[in-house]
Amino acid sequence: MANANPAFVRRDMVAAQPAPPGATGVSHWLRTKLFATPKDIVLTLLAIALIVYIVPGMIDWLFIHASWTGENRAACATIQQGGVLPNGQSGACWAFVGAKFQQFIFGRYPFDERWRPMLVMVMFVILLIPMLIPKAPFKGWNALALFIILPIIAFFLLIGGPFGLPYVETPLWGGLMVTLILSFFGITVSLPFGIILALGRRSELPVIKMLCVMFIEVIRGIPLITVLFMASVMLPLFLPDGWTFDKLLRALIGVSIFSSAYMAEVIRGGLQVIPKGQFEGADSLGLSYWQKMRLIILPQAIKLVIPGIVNTFIGLFKDTSLVSIIGMFDLLGIVTLNQSDANWSTPVTPVTGYVFAGFIFWLFCFGMSRYSAFMERHLDTAHKR
Amino acid sequence: MAGMALNSDTPNTKKASSLIYDPKARGIFYQVLTVALLVLFVWTIAQNTIHNLQRANIASGFGFLNGRAGFDIGQSLIAYSSDSTYGRALVVGILNTLQVAIIGIITASIIGFIVGIARLSNNWLIAKLAQVYVEVFRNIPPLLVIFFWYKGVLTILPQARDSLNLPLGSYLNNRGLFVPKPIWGDGTWMMLVAILIAVIATIVIARWAKQRQMRTGQPFHTVWTGIALIVGLPLVTFVALGSPVTFDFPIAGKFNLTGGSVLGPEFMSLYLALSFYTAAFIAEIVRAGIRSVPKGQTEAANALGLRSAAVTRLIVLPQALRIIIPPLTSQYLNLTKNSSLAVAVGFADVVAIGGTMLNQTGQAVEIVALWLVIYLSISVSTAIFMNWFNAKMALVER
Repeated sequence: MANANPAFVRRDMVAAQPAPPGATGVSHWLRTKLFATPKDIVLTLLAIALIVYIVPGMIDWLFIHASWTGENRAACATIQQGGVLPNGQSGACWAFVGAKFQQFIFGRYPFDERWRPMLVMVMFVILLIPMLIPKAPFKGWNALALFIILPIIAFFLLIGGPFGLPYVETPLWGGLMVTLILSFFGITVSLPFGIILALGRRSELPVIKMLCVMFIEVIRGIPLITVLFMASVMLPLFLPDGWTFDKLLRALIGVSIFSSAYMAEVIRGGLQVIPKGQFEGADSLGLSYWQKMRLIILPQAIKLVIPGIVNTFIGLFKDTSLVSIIGMFDLLGIVTLNQSDANWSTPVTPVTGYVFAGFIFWLFCFGMSRYSAFMERHLDTAHKR
Repeated sequence: MAGMALNSDTPNTKKASSLIYDPKARGIFYQVLTVALLVLFVWTIAQNTIHNLQRANIASGFGFLNGRAGFDIGQSLIAYSSDSTYGRALVVGILNTLQVAIIGIITASIIGFIVGIARLSNNWLIAKLAQVYVEVFRNIPPLLVIFFWYKGVLTILPQARDSLNLPLGSYLNNRGLFVPKPIWGDGTWMMLVAILIAVIATIVIARWAKQRQMRTGQPFHTVWTGIALIVGLPLVTFVALGSPVTFDFPIAGKFNLTGGSVLGPEFMSLYLALSFYTAAFIAEIVRAGIRSVPKGQTEAANALGLRSAAVTRLIVLPQALRIIIPPLTSQYLNLTKNSSLAVAVGFADVVAIGGTMLNQTGQAVEIVALWLVIYLSISVSTAIFMNWFNAKMALVER
């Protein structure tokens, strides 16, 4: 009876009706996201006022009234200050950045030899990109080339000496190049040392555990600048007569010691969440301590803390700017140094220099943090319950 | 196995081989080896250091702290002149470090909590503004922020004779912020006693109020009573004593301001930079903490009929704080450690003063040791306090 001769059978789905007017579109978005309550209206108006107060002035200063070309300070100074701009006008002095750009990147590295850092940079990028892509093959060889072979080649290429390359002493190095060298070296060294320290901290041997805890806690308890001072004034005292330490090397040692301690804590966090069964399982297979760590524990632990590791890298990258305090010319140091150049000294030069340096630092750090977020999502799939 | 058993019929071999494979014996061996290497390393370094110090004619020991410092310090909380001792200079440095750290921590917490809550706002514009703030400040080195304030912003401020007039008789110009300086007259200690009494009374009342609420369910306005006591009692004392505190107002002269106390541009730039930089990290911590409170908690609180302010204060915040406090502690410690960047702009903190002393006396080992001791004690005491606070806030389970 039920289906004998139905008067009406709908054969296809009813098309969804559009949402009621007012629940979609711009007006709805405005109403729910900007003007939901009286409090929201006030907040939105305040925020708009803040944006109107800051953004046009900023755009004007950065772009519209900025000086883009020029040979010396006259391009960026007002008539009152001995330049060409009308009095009272203030804008960024991009001509200064343009004129000093090469210095900001290479420091005082000899002009004819700048192809060497360029070449190192190109090799670095070529090796880094496949390293960052999770699906790219030959990760092991890639890592070997990037972290072992490249630094050796880069060292001989940058400093010169053999193969007929002119010798370039490290005080001439500077700019972004030194920032990148310091942070890359710090990253490369801090990871293995951090792993060793973290394993030591969780070791069952009391002496080793105590030493690692002491090292980590002391280094984490003091500011980087004291570590750098320590490296720059104490290391020469520690060495026998006649031995000298290169200034760059001292900074490298200071930065590596510091970041190893932080890296150790990040990795310890990963080791702590590995279930005990994993350790016991490895033991029951008869693996030795190092086999157990290398094959079972660390691959899981490090995978878990990749975001933390990248955050440590970001911190390290920012911290390299501190070497300008002990008299080295990294990006920030060389920007500060060039502001005292009489040829370019205007009231807007320092701010322009810092905006430029800040933008470069920001670009690198923001890139790393985005990459860390990407990796977090990418690796998360394996741990979804 | 069988081969081993055959070979090991003499007791000596058996003992030796089992010792090698005994994890305990190996552990002891490795540890002894580590200690021996470490002792050798330290001994070599110590020998070299002693030799190098003798060669440079530097007497070791902390006797130099009694010597005359001979340098001036721009901003000091205690009386100091260039005739004071190195020891006193160091105390000035410690106080300056603590001053900038404490004020910076308070400001960074306020900005950080506001920005962190703003990031979770339903208001799109507010959330985006907060996000821009966080992403900008988190990804720039703090040193650059300090330089930006110091050389970029604060030097653009007007000269002393065109000082900006701020409320409460303060002035702002490119030499710093000039504020009225309180002069403590007779009987100021009475006010301190009054504050102390008010604080103790507030604590006692809070306990009593809590007990009463537990017993009878009647609430008591502890917060308002506390504020009334802490503000009111010293105020009453102040009036009763005939206003013992007078203020030395800065007076605008032709070329400079006289009187009052000055917060120099070095201090201002360090303080502003540290506050804004650390606030970005605190904002992220606060956001993560609040988001970790399950939505059901808020909904249950709403179902009980609590107002939205009460939901935040009584339900969300206490649970979020548990997540927030440990990382917040490390941010506070980071701010304290980053205050050592003062040396870049010449604010006389403990590192800057230590650096000057190091240049004058060459006592590298002693000064680095002092730095270690000072920063480690600050770190340890902050950690102890925050651990206590954390234990107080932690979830008490059955």
